[in-house]
Amino acid sequence: MATAPATHEEHDLGHHEQSFWEKYVFSTDHKVIAMQYMFTGMAMALIGGFFAYAFRMQLAYPGMEVPGWGLVTPNDYNQLVTNHGAIMIFWVAMPVLIAAMGNYLIPLMLGCDDMVFPKLNRLSYQIFLLSAVVLLSSFFVSGGGFGGAWTMYPPLSTKAEYSLTQLGSTIFVVAVALEFVAFLLGGINFITTAMNSRAPGMKLYDVPMVVWMIVVASILFMASVGPLIAGAIMMLFDQNLGTAFFDPDRAGDPILWQHLFWFFGHPEVYVVLLPAMGIVAEIITTFSRKKLFAYRTILYTVFGTGVLSFTVWAHHQFVAGIDPRMAHVFTVTTLLISVPIAEMLFVYIATLYGGSIEYSTPMLWALAFLVEFLIGGVTGIYLGASGGDIYMHDTYFVLAHFHYTFFPIAIIGTYAGVTYWFPKMFGRHMNEFWGKVHFWGTIIPFNGIFIPLFFLGAGGQHRRIADFTVYPELAQMQPWREFATVALLIMLAFQVIFLWNFFYSMFRGRKAEKNPWKANTLEWVAPSPPPHGNFPDGLPTVYRAPYEFSHPDHDEDYWPQNEPPAEQKA
Amino acid sequence: MRSRGIGNIQAVDVPPRTPVVSDGVLGMMLFLLTELMLFAGMISAFAIAKAGATVWPPPGQPRLPIEATAANSLVLLASGALLIHAQRQFSRDRESARKPFFAALTLGTGFVLFQGFEWVQLIGQGLTLQSSALGSFFYLIVGVHAAHAIAALWMLARTGRRMLSGWLQPSQLATAAVFWYFVVGVWPVVYGVVYW
Ligand SMILES: [Cu+2]
Repeated sequence: MATAPATHEEHDLGHHEQSFWEKYVFSTDHKVIAMQYMFTGMAMALIGGFFAYAFRMQLAYPGMEVPGWGLVTPNDYNQLVTNHGAIMIFWVAMPVLIAAMGNYLIPLMLGCDDMVFPKLNRLSYQIFLLSAVVLLSSFFVSGGGFGGAWTMYPPLSTKAEYSLTQLGSTIFVVAVALEFVAFLLGGINFITTAMNSRAPGMKLYDVPMVVWMIVVASILFMASVGPLIAGAIMMLFDQNLGTAFFDPDRAGDPILWQHLFWFFGHPEVYVVLLPAMGIVAEIITTFSRKKLFAYRTILYTVFGTGVLSFTVWAHHQFVAGIDPRMAHVFTVTTLLISVPIAEMLFVYIATLYGGSIEYSTPMLWALAFLVEFLIGGVTGIYLGASGGDIYMHDTYFVLAHFHYTFFPIAIIGTYAGVTYWFPKMFGRHMNEFWGKVHFWGTIIPFNGIFIPLFFLGAGGQHRRIADFTVYPELAQMQPWREFATVALLIMLAFQVIFLWNFFYSMFRGRKAEKNPWKANTLEWVAPSPPPHGNFPDGLPTVYRAPYEFSHPDHDEDYWPQNEPPAEQKA
Repeated sequence: MRSRGIGNIQAVDVPPRTPVVSDGVLGMMLFLLTELMLFAGMISAFAIAKAGATVWPPPGQPRLPIEATAANSLVLLASGALLIHAQRQFSRDRESARKPFFAALTLGTGFVLFQGFEWVQLIGQGLTLQSSALGSFFYLIVGVHAAHAIAALWMLARTGRRMLSGWLQPSQLATAAVFWYFVVGVWPVVYGVVYW
């Protein structure tokens, strides 16, 4: 880091021809790094989605030869669910929502030419790529990948006689640790850039909401990940150096890991939620042609949620063994944290209220986010209360609740962002018709997958079991499992439409102008796609807040942040 | 400080931005926020393990060298104080900052070397990573601190090389110094919790 600040000289090279390697592989340009993160995340999403397909097929049709995988043995099943979870959270949601969106949007929306530490930024992606390769390599060692759930609870993760893969579990921990290092470097960049590199005239209250959300998410990540890094070091020692931090036989404490993990794990929910909320905020203001309702209230709410999110983690230990008095405290904090999130949803609805809404593809995704995430939030209340959780713990109800929060965040939020900024990223439009087909083909089956899982969970179906038909009282619910799996197959099939639309439009789509949605924030001032250095006509100066739509003092219904006031123009 | 591109037209009424905290120092402070939480995690885990143990310290384990380490801690604190002095001098008269700076670097290196010497002795007396919970946590926490100390010293050494060649900027000195202040500042807590 010592050398990082003095790196801006390389940004005056607009005139020098860059080789392919300089331009796309070892680039320090924030937009290229964003694309690297995005495409790596998309590739990992295909792997994570394939794993979901394989284990859902086994659940619906136990013992079948799954096309593309073969027989899913119980050990395979554990590896598939574990790595599906880890991949979707650490190698899809985080790289796409935070790293790709943050890298792409922060310098553009702040009106500067690049991140503050471009070389650190490049290093961040390289370490991330390495972490993905390390994770995938675990499938090829003796014993195979780790199968003790993405939460890595000891003793499943620390003892080879339980994990059945000494090396696989170590590789898993190392991969996650590397991924954290990558995001640490990214977060340092995001926050420092937002604080020190804003366009002249851009005050803190003029920063677009999505940038704020990514900045707060980065702060949350950095403040919460330390204890988990401590836990990861202790776990690696337990696995390989013979220590007994988490081994109760030798005076260790397995619950200690759960505390260290969830101290990070719960704020992590907000680490990925906030960028998605920010993306949605940008989209709903643009497509309802209204000012974002209560900008400052949202901002304070976000900070409040961030602080509160550090006080709820032990709701994951209600069943593991926790003093009931502490369980009461954590029940109260957990239920309390639903208040600011509900408030944010209401504020978003207030933004929509009375607007002239245009149902474009990004807007559909943004609205779907609000609806589906609401279901995720409401079902969380049953689990946050310790009494309800004791019944629901480790059932499919938890799993369905979790997916109603994470699917809107990681998938719906990503599709919203990608369809909204696609014209800026590639200078072309995606096809609206196929965009809408893909939207409905994703949203309807998504509910088809997870609504049955709520019923299965309430009916007592426990998680992490490869074949329920061996339990007579669970076997009778098999039609629901088949329904969910068929819905998953339909949803996966519709993703082909997205991939085709994405890559076809990238090269053949209708050309996009600078500001196709007539939005106000600074990324729309740059050409589509922005060249190296972002703003060839000079870096913009900011005169007003980011959401001045339908302003009474202005003729047009949008008023870009960089447009000088009338008296200065004259 | 940062190039804002060619042909940038700035309106007269919008003053150019001057950051309150320089990029390097802010970036370093954010990194140290994570490291602070890392130490908080390890130290509270140790405190819980200690509180939950039936017998503490674990029987048959050597006594930690409380007195010798106290003296060594003073060396580290002196190093931190010298660096503060060097940083102050640097903003007034660059030449006069050299002596306290390299004295701070030398004392810091001395601290790490003495810790290493202590480790060798403790291992000889039977305190190892596997011998007890005390050994595990001792080497974990003190080891992670030592890793930070070595990284910060390496960064200070690079800063010192720049200082000698006359290329050093105050913000670069501040970035490295903040790292060292963290190492110095977190040590009394580590000493208080682990050794006592
Ligand atoms: Cu939680």
